[in-house]
Amino acid sequence: MRKHILTVVSLCAMLSAAGAQASGEVFTATNPQWKSECASCHIAYPARLLPAESWRALMGGLDKHFGTDASVDAVTNAEILAFLEKNASRRKPEPIAKPMLRITETRWYIKEHDEVAARTWKDPRVKSAANCAACHTQAENGDFSERNLRVPK
Amino acid sequence: MFHPRKIIGMTLLSAIAVTAQPALAQTPEQTLAGFKQAATESTPGFREFSAARGEQFFKSTHGGDWSCATCHTQNPAAQGKHTKTDKLIKPLAPAANAERFTDPTKVEKWFKRNCNDVLNRACTPLEKGDVLTFLLSVPK
Repeated sequence: MRKHILTVVSLCAMLSAAGAQASGEVFTATNPQWKSECASCHIAYPARLLPAESWRALMGGLDKHFGTDASVDAVTNAEILAFLEKNASRRKPEPIAKPMLRITETRWYIKEHDEVAARTWKDPRVKSAANCAACHTQAENGDFSERNLRVPK
Repeated sequence: MFHPRKIIGMTLLSAIAVTAQPALAQTPEQTLAGFKQAATESTPGFREFSAARGEQFFKSTHGGDWSCATCHTQNPAAQGKHTKTDKLIKPLAPAANAERFTDPTKVEKWFKRNCNDVLNRACTPLEKGDVLTFLLSVPK
């Protein structure tokens, strides 16, 4: 009996570990400059969510960053870009002419969020698809696991 | 008056106390003095900064969509919110947030960005000095 319980417990643990890997992801790659600069105005979006070519384009245009000037000095820029490139997505870049700049426009993002209701997107507490933390309560710590997902109702 | 060993001990203690403080490169007043020097050099007839002018500047949209107050609110001693992302912004007035205007690199970085966003150009030393004079006049 005891053996059975142990088997069930370890099976559950294995299953939940597999689940965390498959759906809600936890991104652990971090860098002090990336964290302090990129998290000034929004959460520091995980490097893994865009391919290296996207990060290069993004870091090359920080003075016109989605309608605001987010420029940093050249040394800081180089350090952050190196970190982003090293930890970037390794998916095959999408077949479009220009590098994708918005995480929310990637195929992966759209597929992952296809169950989110239209009224949720319009909720003032969500405000913008860029506001990961509106539902992913631990997004600030790179934790996008389903366990910490709370969709405003 | 004090035994030499006691003096050494006190000196050591105060050295520890100093290093335990967060690294503040300069006071907001020193930052203001820097703006004053730059304004004296660049603005003919410059006499002194004005809190009233700074407040008006801070709350005006300068012909665009945003003012400083759009994100920092009408009361710079209060917590602000990024107008696009909703990210919380700590109070800007030094009376409410002792870290403000103590790191010259940070000060220049944010003036560059925010002046571009609000005015579509860099701010002059006179404008920066007026705004900081206003912010320093805001009570906690």
